[in-house]
Amino acid sequence: MDYIIQTVISALSFGSFYALGALGIGLLFSVLRLINFAHGDFITIGGFALIVPSSAVVATVLIGGFHPVLLVICVVAIVIIVALLSYFLVFQHVQNSSPATMMIVSFALGYTLQNIILMIYGGRPKAVNIFPELTGQVQISDGVSVQILQLVIIAVTWILLIALVLFLRRTKVGVQMRAAAEDFRMARMLGVNGKSVIALAFILSGLLAGIMALLFVTQTGVLTFRMGTPIMLFFFIATVIGGMGSLVGAVVGGYAVGIVSVVLAAVLPGDIRIFRDALVFLIVIIILLGRPQGLVLTKSAKDRV
Amino acid sequence: MKQRKKAPEGRSQADRACTEGARVAEQANGSGQTLEARQVSVSFEGLTAVNSVDETLHQGEILGLIGPNGAGKTTLVNAMTGFQLPAAGEVLLCGKVISSLSPHWIRRHGVARTFQAGRLFRDMPVSENVEVAAVSMGLSRKKAHAHAMELLEWLGLADRAEMPAGILPYTDERRVGIARALALSPQFVLLDEPAAGMSDLECDDIMQVVREIPERFGCGVLLIEHNMRVIMGVCARIHVLDSGKTIARGTPAEVQKNPVVINAYLGHS
Repeated sequence: MDYIIQTVISALSFGSFYALGALGIGLLFSVLRLINFAHGDFITIGGFALIVPSSAVVATVLIGGFHPVLLVICVVAIVIIVALLSYFLVFQHVQNSSPATMMIVSFALGYTLQNIILMIYGGRPKAVNIFPELTGQVQISDGVSVQILQLVIIAVTWILLIALVLFLRRTKVGVQMRAAAEDFRMARMLGVNGKSVIALAFILSGLLAGIMALLFVTQTGVLTFRMGTPIMLFFFIATVIGGMGSLVGAVVGGYAVGIVSVVLAAVLPGDIRIFRDALVFLIVIIILLGRPQGLVLTKSAKDRV
Repeated sequence: MKQRKKAPEGRSQADRACTEGARVAEQANGSGQTLEARQVSVSFEGLTAVNSVDETLHQGEILGLIGPNGAGKTTLVNAMTGFQLPAAGEVLLCGKVISSLSPHWIRRHGVARTFQAGRLFRDMPVSENVEVAAVSMGLSRKKAHAHAMELLEWLGLADRAEMPAGILPYTDERRVGIARALALSPQFVLLDEPAAGMSDLECDDIMQVVREIPERFGCGVLLIEHNMRVIMGVCARIHVLDSGKTIARGTPAEVQKNPVVINAYLGHS
């Protein structure tokens, strides 16, 4: 029983992390039809923002040593600026191209960012310790103790989700953004400023990436210039199985991928466990064979078929 | 029958394209505010869809735009609303060239349109479909909602305001499209086949709606329609296109008798 509770919390925390990632990708896809493979590298930049830029073996913390509130604000602000710059310097110039072209551009941007990090910080992994108190365990009942960070990830995810829903439902720009996500050209015909809606989507996506960078680095304690790539792949898969273009789908897909990964790790016998990711991808293929449009269908997507 | 309520009052406070100078000049000509297509041509990969068309839409009038299928009616409307960049010629709003400006700028400065296929935001409620237009032009969420409800009430859709737009019947979709276009009283509204596929009774209703627009919203209406009863019933002036060219213009009675128009519709005999 204790083991089950621990696994459930672990699954929810993994799922939350993937849901946040998938949401960052889904937001941009919904308004721009861009699958942003550089999203993982935005997270990497958020991580490296914590330390002094140098290729020294031992990392010196800079922002990482700030007061926690200031630390969060600085890292998130830096990632938002990077996201906005990537829109104005790169994606804005290809936004009328096909989704395939934009996706390839995002790969190019991702590799460029990785190599910039490599140039400045060097290729060696660097240890960074932020929020050490969060990596401790907390006793939630007799015999069940979980990592505080797991609970924090779940809580942060739900706070962000609720904030995002309120933002999209209640605010003026939120309504315009939902309209643009459904039919970008029509929204512009009704007076929606396309450029500012897209810029806003990049800001939100950067905000999510910044927060994820903090959660991820707290968890791993290590920075590498390629750390965004493998998690990006899972975020992308989560958006695909959730249903591209649906934000609810992105969250559902994120949880599906996270939960399946953790459950497989828990139930697979030791020697097969190393093939866990392969099995996750196999399940993804099976889901997509059954529901090629993803788990959550939007009405607008339904009609286009 | 649906009871039609009083239309929302007050013109938009959004800044207008008409500068004082232009307005004075226009008034001197006795024409008021205008949306003008000047020698507009649009071509797609060598195929000329609209060929040097001139037309001026005045505030307060209802102008019919008719022609056989493929005559270039929708393409002309696309060009006049910033949806399509003309290959030649220009579009002027109160004397100011707007053809290369972005669609949202044009909408905010008072030129609105509807689409043949409703193109509603299907995942959003009917009321929000209208609110999008209103908040884009600067109203607060609360005011936008009130404004949307007034428009929907006028069009007899108030009871369906909270329904997802995706489940509305075809004819109601068209009405929501009109409500969306009329948010914040544009100066000009271009309606693309609002009565297509409607029964006679529904057509009567749409005709009534179109007739009320100039007076209630103070705007000029350009109406594309295949249903001749609707066109002849509401338009004071008609422009006939065939193969992208203007072939006739005049009052409904003149156009109906024009042999060139009859020929275009019925073919050579």
